Amino acid sequence: MSSGVGTIKINDVSKIYPNGTVGLDHINLDIQSGEFVVIVGLSGAGKSTLLRAINRLHDVSAGEILLDGVDITKAKGKELRQQRRNIAMIFQNFNLVKRATVARNVLAGRVGYYSTFRSTFGLFSKEDKEKAAANLERVNMLDKYYTRADELSGGQQQRVAIARSMMQSPNVVLADEPIASLDPKTTKMVMDDLQHLNDMGMTVVVNLHSVELAMAYATRIVGLRDGQLVYDKPIAEVSADDFDGIYAETRDKE
Amino acid sequence: MNATLPERQFSEKWHIKGILSGLLFVLIFIGSGYNTGATANFSWDQFWDLLIRMMHPDWTFVSAIITPIAETIQMALVGTLLGTIIAIPFSLLAARNIVKNTYLRGIIRFFLILVRALPDLLLAAVFVAIVGIGPMAGVGALTIFSFGMISKLFYEAIETIDDGPIEALTSVGANGIQKIVFAVIPQVMNQFLSYFLYTLEINVRASTVLGYLGAGGVGLYLDQTLSLFRYDRTAVVILAILVVVIIVDGVSNRLREALA
Repeated sequence: MSSGVGTIKINDVSKIYPNGTVGLDHINLDIQSGEFVVIVGLSGAGKSTLLRAINRLHDVSAGEILLDGVDITKAKGKELRQQRRNIAMIFQNFNLVKRATVARNVLAGRVGYYSTFRSTFGLFSKEDKEKAAANLERVNMLDKYYTRADELSGGQQQRVAIARSMMQSPNVVLADEPIASLDPKTTKMVMDDLQHLNDMGMTVVVNLHSVELAMAYATRIVGLRDGQLVYDKPIAEVSADDFDGIYAETRDKE
Repeated sequence: MNATLPERQFSEKWHIKGILSGLLFVLIFIGSGYNTGATANFSWDQFWDLLIRMMHPDWTFVSAIITPIAETIQMALVGTLLGTIIAIPFSLLAARNIVKNTYLRGIIRFFLILVRALPDLLLAAVFVAIVGIGPMAGVGALTIFSFGMISKLFYEAIETIDDGPIEALTSVGANGIQKIVFAVIPQVMNQFLSYFLYTLEINVRASTVLGYLGAGGVGLYLDQTLSLFRYDRTAVVILAILVVVIIVDGVSNRLREALA
């Protein structure tokens, strides 16, 4: 199902925070189009930092990140915004505007394609409104079209967030612990939604804490520990014992 | 069972600090009263005379002050609206979560502090000098006054929002204005309206006395009737102001509760 676009090439990326903490330590990672990559590791291992470096919600200190061959770490202004448009992101806390309707939240995913003027006055095209409805239909949330987001359950909000990210027509979908605040049943629905996006040809990169979910959905598992890439294998070669090493306690600092 | 209480110091035992500061305050109050002559020259006779004359309001005067009362409210409405419109961009520029540049934010905030340091009556006096006597001066004074107050209320409201939606909008490739329109404004809209009404309430009250300085509205009649010793008419003006303030307060409170 690979469409050839949606490749991510991370070359020797490091991130050092202003206070000296090492977030990422010389990461090299080559993700092919159509892969479903799950990143595992302890809290604070750098999973979130790595994911946010890919769409440049965080800047990196060194190295380059090529998205279909174009380096996002050096992009500026409109060029950066257009690169971000191709990368959808799903958050642990959903990040919907709670006081706005589902419809407006979903259409907000499309603003990267609109001028400031047209988006400010909500002049979305008929096609995009239909696209919003279709994306909500896909996650079974169309009946909530005019509902305010704060009236939805956590699982429903996450599905609206997925519909919003689909409005971007992305090649890459990043998900930062998308199921950490959800119950087991909605967890499965959300993971199946991500699986569906992957089946449609999008590259999916997910941060997860759950080993079982990683084994169930991933085509490839990457492990981070203390900002270093310590594990990287296709799913066929992964055995459950491998996780002990990834989840081993932190190295001695001195 | 022989635990002994820890020994308290002498100063702690007799509350030396508390007693000394209490004495200091009493001295300051007595001194202030003495220096301002708070007790001198108060004539109870005059006070009763004024009160008794006010007890017989000249109700025929009501028809004469309806227009200036309306003008007062209109001044407050226009001034608050103009002040709010100017305040919106400034409050965005002063909010920590919108403008990351400390220096720009510092300059904007310093400017806002300067504006807020000007009392409304001083502003009215200045505007009367600039645009002349009339309601335009009142509108000008109230615009600047509301601008200073609203920008502070607004930027503090903006700083309390959830940053998640802003991050989400950044990730879809939105530009700065799109982030504000889609992620910031919907989160603060109700608070903005509530603060707008609150400021309007304060401005209606303030605009009743602005006329004293020649800045239009019913305050002018307050000044005139007092200087002509027509206390029966002054009473009508005061009652009219009271009614307006109570109505505006009531309506504003109702609306703000509905917004909360």
